[in-house]
Amino acid sequence: MRIEDRVAAHVAQVPPSGIRKFFDIVSEMKDAISLSVGEPDFVTPWNIRENAIYALERGRTHYTSNSGLMELRELICQYYHQRFGVSYQPGQVLVTVGASEAIDLAVRALVEPGDEVLIPAPSYVSYEPTVALAHGVPVPIPTSAADSFKLDPQVVRSLITPKTKAMVLPYPNNPTGAVMGREDLLALARVLEDTDVVVISDEIYAELTYGADHVSIASIPSMFDRTIVINGFSKAFAMTGWRLGYAIAHPALLGAMLKIHQFTMLCANIMSQYAGVEALRHGLDSGFASVDAMRREYDRRRNYIVAGLNRMGLTCFEPRGAFYAFPSIQSTGMKSEEFCEKLLYAKQVAVVPGTAFGSFGEGFVRISYAASLENIKTALGRIEEFIEGR
Amino acid sequence: MESIKKDVMELLKENSRTSAADMAVMLNAEEQAVLEAIRALEDEKLILKYTAILNEEKLADSHAVTALIEVRVSPMREMGFDAIARRIYRFEEVESVFLMSGAYDLMVLIKGDSMRQIAFFVAQKLATIDGVLSTATHFVLKKYKELGVVFETAEEEVRLPVTP
Repeated sequence: MRIEDRVAAHVAQVPPSGIRKFFDIVSEMKDAISLSVGEPDFVTPWNIRENAIYALERGRTHYTSNSGLMELRELICQYYHQRFGVSYQPGQVLVTVGASEAIDLAVRALVEPGDEVLIPAPSYVSYEPTVALAHGVPVPIPTSAADSFKLDPQVVRSLITPKTKAMVLPYPNNPTGAVMGREDLLALARVLEDTDVVVISDEIYAELTYGADHVSIASIPSMFDRTIVINGFSKAFAMTGWRLGYAIAHPALLGAMLKIHQFTMLCANIMSQYAGVEALRHGLDSGFASVDAMRREYDRRRNYIVAGLNRMGLTCFEPRGAFYAFPSIQSTGMKSEEFCEKLLYAKQVAVVPGTAFGSFGEGFVRISYAASLENIKTALGRIEEFIEGR
Repeated sequence: MESIKKDVMELLKENSRTSAADMAVMLNAEEQAVLEAIRALEDEKLILKYTAILNEEKLADSHAVTALIEVRVSPMREMGFDAIARRIYRFEEVESVFLMSGAYDLMVLIKGDSMRQIAFFVAQKLATIDGVLSTATHFVLKKYKELGVVFETAEEEVRLPVTP
């Protein structure tokens, strides 16, 4: 017996994460400045951490209901109503171990072997493998810098087949920073209305938009029932390590997701859920002032980094959301991976090759501005030296 | 102008050495507009002073002592507490003076080179002012946080260097 052959074929076929190699090199380097981190550089606000400690002190160490604490689900409903104008009942909310689990649940609840799932490209690294692991077929929807990396409804229409079960809608987008505004979503909705495609709307970066507020596709009446909203606490409240997310959906879909969740995960961890309660309660009481302050801070870094990149000839589409710039490196004549590797070795600056987010990311790199302005400044200086010194 | 002033205030409050050029880039504004905003804030006395927060415990030759003094006073006709407050805050040892609600009237924050010096100041200068009824002096033993800055070693960066 070859032990390697015992691994299921569909698992073996999933390629390893494209950023793994980079992680290994960067970890070895002492003085590298990393602009390749996909999480806030803020620590979770103390009131949130303190409430989790308080929960522990009161002995809140047990299972919660499979769906999550009722208090938290009610707050999530209030939150979606107040911030994004979409009204839900607590019975439509499922608290999960990070938004990642919620995405996996949505995909597994929908996809049968051979079903196609549309995924904008480039996009976050997890969608394709998640679909493949569910025996589905990921179908990329190409987007381009010329269209501000938005979805073109006509392209979407052309890719829909009788096998298309769902579509992932990840806006604001990691890695491009693109957002889909109300008009864009209405145009997309007109295409989807005539189909049976379910929308998995990953809104994890919803609080981080610059210029215009986030619009959820669930706020469009014809899309409400067919949209599974995915969100979480990681980006809005700097809570990545807590692994706390949620899905909101029509009871028929949510019930299917709950079934998988209760047998595989049982419930999200209770300390994190109490932390989430404080994050939302404090936010609702204070008009989300600290979230707004964080957004202002990101916005300033964003302006700084976009201006710097464009100045040195790395043409950068203006990102409208998340905390990434996605400049084109075509003027350097290098491939994405080559650029990132050489930059790392020559100047100790780590950025992520666009190809980590699929082949449509070739010619681009992702630069995170979830870093101190000091580091951003130094890194931009080094990138400029790197380009000029070639 | 008003919104850029607000942004400039926020940035300078965080780091008063941020250059106008950098602020202009961050705020997507002209450098000239930032300079004008700074000038206006200074003219309107919204910005009073640019200063540095020192970690005095690290200054080897510093024996600086901080005390917080509760002062009960009898307010003066027509002047209220203002006249007495003025007589107190003009001493250069006095760092802050606040009018308080509650059991006493003025809180005086004072810095000196030694406890003796502060005790002397309270006995000779403060307690003898007309209208001062009583004082209670509390010495600061350790500073944990001042003006939003935590003095202990900050939490270190624990993020992984690369994440998707």
